[in-house]
Amino acid sequence: MEVLTDSKIKELQIKANEIRISIIEMLMEAGSGHTAGAMGLADIFTYLYFHGMKHNPKDPFWPDRDRFILSNGHVCPVLYASMAHSGYFPIEELKTLRKFGSRLQGHPHREFMPWLETSSGPLGEGLSQVVGMAIADRIDGKMGERFFYCSLGDGELNEGEIWEAMMLAGKEKLDNIISFVDRNYIQIDGNTEDIMPLEPLADKWKAFNWHVIEADGHDFKSLDEAFEEAKNTKGKPIVIIAKMIPGKGIKEIEGNYKWHGMPPNKEQGARFLEELRILGERL
Amino acid sequence: MLNPELKLNTKLFNDDVEQVPIRKGFGQGLLIAGEADKNVVALCADLTESTQMHSFAEKFPERFIEMGIAEQNLVAVSSGMAAMGKIPFCSSYAMFSPGRSWEQIRTTASYNDQPVKIVGSHAGISVGPDGGTHQALEDIGLMRMIPNMDVISPCDAIEAKKATIALAKIKKPAYIRLVREKTPIITTEETPFEIGKAQIYWMPDVGLAQVGIIVTGGLTHHAMLAAKELEVEGIKTKVMNLSSIKPMDVEAILKLAKETKKIVTVEEHQIAGGMGSTVAEVLIQNYPVVQEFVGVRDVFGQSGKPEELIEHYGMGKDSIKEAVRKVLKRKV
Repeated sequence: MEVLTDSKIKELQIKANEIRISIIEMLMEAGSGHTAGAMGLADIFTYLYFHGMKHNPKDPFWPDRDRFILSNGHVCPVLYASMAHSGYFPIEELKTLRKFGSRLQGHPHREFMPWLETSSGPLGEGLSQVVGMAIADRIDGKMGERFFYCSLGDGELNEGEIWEAMMLAGKEKLDNIISFVDRNYIQIDGNTEDIMPLEPLADKWKAFNWHVIEADGHDFKSLDEAFEEAKNTKGKPIVIIAKMIPGKGIKEIEGNYKWHGMPPNKEQGARFLEELRILGERL
Repeated sequence: MLNPELKLNTKLFNDDVEQVPIRKGFGQGLLIAGEADKNVVALCADLTESTQMHSFAEKFPERFIEMGIAEQNLVAVSSGMAAMGKIPFCSSYAMFSPGRSWEQIRTTASYNDQPVKIVGSHAGISVGPDGGTHQALEDIGLMRMIPNMDVISPCDAIEAKKATIALAKIKKPAYIRLVREKTPIITTEETPFEIGKAQIYWMPDVGLAQVGIIVTGGLTHHAMLAAKELEVEGIKTKVMNLSSIKPMDVEAILKLAKETKKIVTVEEHQIAGGMGSTVAEVLIQNYPVVQEFVGVRDVFGQSGKPEELIEHYGMGKDSIKEAVRKVLKRKV
């Protein structure tokens, strides 16, 4: 893996800002969708798609690629934007999000976009699928040849199936799984700790025999250390609990759970894009 | 008479007819499928022997995953394995999978187009003493409503074996419904089996049938007994084994309806949404005829002996005969 130099970090910051601009444009155009989570995740997705993950947009079905599974399907604008910006499909196509006949379904569907590893939307199911993929690699004698990344929302951890999958991954010692939790403390109805408290979250994962790493989800250096540690961990599945600011980049959205499932209207969108443009200039 | 072309078990009307649980045929089929293709894997939610996966687990321990009591995870992990080229068979009791795991089946198997094979054992009222919580009477309906999902309900252990081997070869999701108790062996190793094909097991010696009896699963022997006894009364019937509920052999069903103008459907399942409803959908759109339904009438089951329950809920041989007599009196 390429060393994360200061100039590379700068490059990633600029890319993440471009992805945030795309997310706002897509959601404005769609008139529905999930803003806060997608904006918060832009840095970690940028890190994976432009640095940390083994994939090739020019050869999307390359058998040896790492697999990326979006369990929290509702944040798909960040996935679509990361895929478009890294070359899977034209950036202009992002504006078809949630429109009739679009490859960019409101929640990801493999039938419409075959480069997706899985369809998702109903929460709690991605980690199970990652566990299945990781076990399949063990059966085939391919442990350590590639990683299975899983994006999880923190609200999503309310789902019982997540804990079923955690138990199984711990039991099977699947160190080819690198999952990360978007620890942004919000879900639709409010703050996670009011709706269904998750803390002490790291201890819970540890108790299920996972290797837990905590990271700052907006600091590329911190993310790089976390993913490098994850790749070098043996004998346990890995979870990175990434502290995230929902809506990161737009002051009006940051930390406000009301933006979980709300898109910007035209007027808000114009303001937000201006805010991101200025941010981009500073970079 | 028995359809001579299908090489059915000639001893099937004998008192000492061989009886084997349908689920056992699945276990044998899984082993054969596993030997034929190294990508066949098996997953079970803490019911390995009950669902007859133990032989596979012993022979291929590296390809068997013990999931613990977690049916949602069972299905979605299977989907993940399928995404990496495996052909997963995942089993539990039908009440728990597809019962509890329905949305995982819909999203991660069918919507996601991964060839996961859902194995629902202990389906129907004949689970017996375990009582109503364990008697899946809704699973055919639940599964047939999902797009991109085959639904197979074998009539005996031999057919279950063949169906399992066939399902391992198709690259799409499927549900196979199994029964716990021993049921009479109706077919033989020579009887042909094809997903999507219905077969006439019983037919008049001469002339046309007056009523077409369409049956699926463990009640097939009851339907055959009913047909034989009705023949003595002078009522000519054909018995069709509809083990492939989806895809459904529409052509064969319409042919039977055109011959008889009267249909009785028989299943160990709620009448609402089951195989009979599926047949009715086909008939009403193509060739409307009168139809009587033998099945559970919008109630839950209870503890009891399997035969006692089949009788009590109106699905046994005598209830089938009564339905045939009733449908004979009806006109469109």
